[in-house]
Amino acid sequence: MSKSSKYLKIFAFTYLIFLYAPTLLLPIFSFNKSQIIAFPLTGFSFQWFEALLYQDALHDALKNSLIVAISSSILATILGTLASRATTRYDFKGKQASLTFILAPLILPEIIVGVSLLIVLIQLGITLNVWSVILGHTLLLAPFSIIIMNSAFNNLDLSLEEASMDLGENQFGTFYRVILPLVLPGIIASLLIGFTLSLDEFIIAFFLTGTDTTLPVYIWAQFRFPKKLPATMALGTILLIVSLMLLSLSEYFRRRSRMLEDSIPNKN
Amino acid sequence: MKFTFNNDTKKGWRLLSIPFIFSLLLLAAPLTMMFLLSFWTQDYLTLDKTFTFKNYIEAATQPVYKLLFTRSLIISLTATFFTVLLAFPMAYFISFHGGERKALWLFLITIPFWTSYLIRMFLWKVILGYNGVLNSFLIWLEMITEPLTFLLYNANAVVLALTHGWAPFAILPIFVSLEKIDRSLLEASTDLGDSAIDQFFRIILPLSAPGVIGAALIIFIPTVGDYITPKLVGGTDGLMIANMIQVQFSKANNAPLAAALSVSSLMIVSFISIVFVLFNRKYLRRY
Repeated sequence: MSKSSKYLKIFAFTYLIFLYAPTLLLPIFSFNKSQIIAFPLTGFSFQWFEALLYQDALHDALKNSLIVAISSSILATILGTLASRATTRYDFKGKQASLTFILAPLILPEIIVGVSLLIVLIQLGITLNVWSVILGHTLLLAPFSIIIMNSAFNNLDLSLEEASMDLGENQFGTFYRVILPLVLPGIIASLLIGFTLSLDEFIIAFFLTGTDTTLPVYIWAQFRFPKKLPATMALGTILLIVSLMLLSLSEYFRRRSRMLEDSIPNKN
Repeated sequence: MKFTFNNDTKKGWRLLSIPFIFSLLLLAAPLTMMFLLSFWTQDYLTLDKTFTFKNYIEAATQPVYKLLFTRSLIISLTATFFTVLLAFPMAYFISFHGGERKALWLFLITIPFWTSYLIRMFLWKVILGYNGVLNSFLIWLEMITEPLTFLLYNANAVVLALTHGWAPFAILPIFVSLEKIDRSLLEASTDLGDSAIDQFFRIILPLSAPGVIGAALIIFIPTVGDYITPKLVGGTDGLMIANMIQVQFSKANNAPLAAALSVSSLMIVSFISIVFVLFNRKYLRRY
């Protein structure tokens, strides 16, 4: 038994190296002097990060991506909060079916979501711009928001709500003064995760972007130029760090939401 | 109770209606539209709305589409198999030998996957390329003298990249199902004389089946329609159906055929998934 658990441990660490190998190349080669991404390394340099400062197309793409990520994460969080509140608080006919339907984009191949949205937009004669991407991303992010908000609402004690109503608050007041503060960390986690996912999303943006290129679509175009590779690696490094920071922040809020609810003594 | 059933229904739907209508407009309507379009034809820019099975007949009979469908399924199924195969011992290790550090292990596993999918898949191209990281590294170590050419631009490269890219989607659900296993069952089986291997096949594997089945579906369904990976590391021998859908939609200007190919792949994927779930339903029943 102990021998097999030793092998298991060796496997686990080897597998972990496999999982990390590609991502670790990002920082290694974005600080490497050579323009060619290959070993041996030739020296330390900040030049590829510096090169990013002078790419106007990148700055436009970044601006578009920020608009898309902020708008779609807010919209998706509103939709997710509504859906999650409805399904965790009330029991009603058609609940499970409609929830499954709203969650479907989680598992549908993205190309199908992208193509079908594009078909409709073209048929309606709508010009593709930043808004078409925002709508597509909102559709994609809403299920993630529902999952996060579900765990926030599920821990909510019904008696707090009843107490507030008994004490004379109306429904709006109860929501605003009792429920909202308790699920606020969940909402912030949902916004941060949505923002991160939207910032990284490629397929939907690729189909719906029109001329308002987003960051991943810009990166996709850069892949064709071998000369720009190291700068693209540098950009990837920055994106990785930003994603990790946003994620740690959202994890912090998610835990806080749980702690906040646990701190209220449960009568049962 | 204060709330009657009808009241619940009204309040529930009042909240749910907005996200529901949103999904109706942005998911159901487009999918329906795509379905309709697949029965029409397009000649350059004019759309002929006469109902016809022409696109489906073309999708079913043209060898190129048959090849792409088969290849997409084989690549996706192989990648799903290897991802789950590698993920299982990892999830098992974390669940049974993780001790106090389970959360840390799970965190460590997810970190590399917060780079965008696009960049991760591209990194495989950088690794496997002719002048890439792996070849240059092996030459530097003097293990080879000429770069290896079989690494990139084939179906194997796509399988490798997918097996890497989808790993957390297998590890996490399998871990969750392993965590749910009542540890006293294991003690009981040991007491009753089961060897470690018996125990694995008679208790751990059947009880973790829901996680394994879930993981397989979570990976299989989206990867059949993957566009990025085959385009970046597949070369011509590794292209998949999504790449053809995109070509038909844009360059070939044949949106109806693209729609028919999309609908067909959705049906094939659903069919395989349903058969897979039915085939394994005895493991899912007790949950």
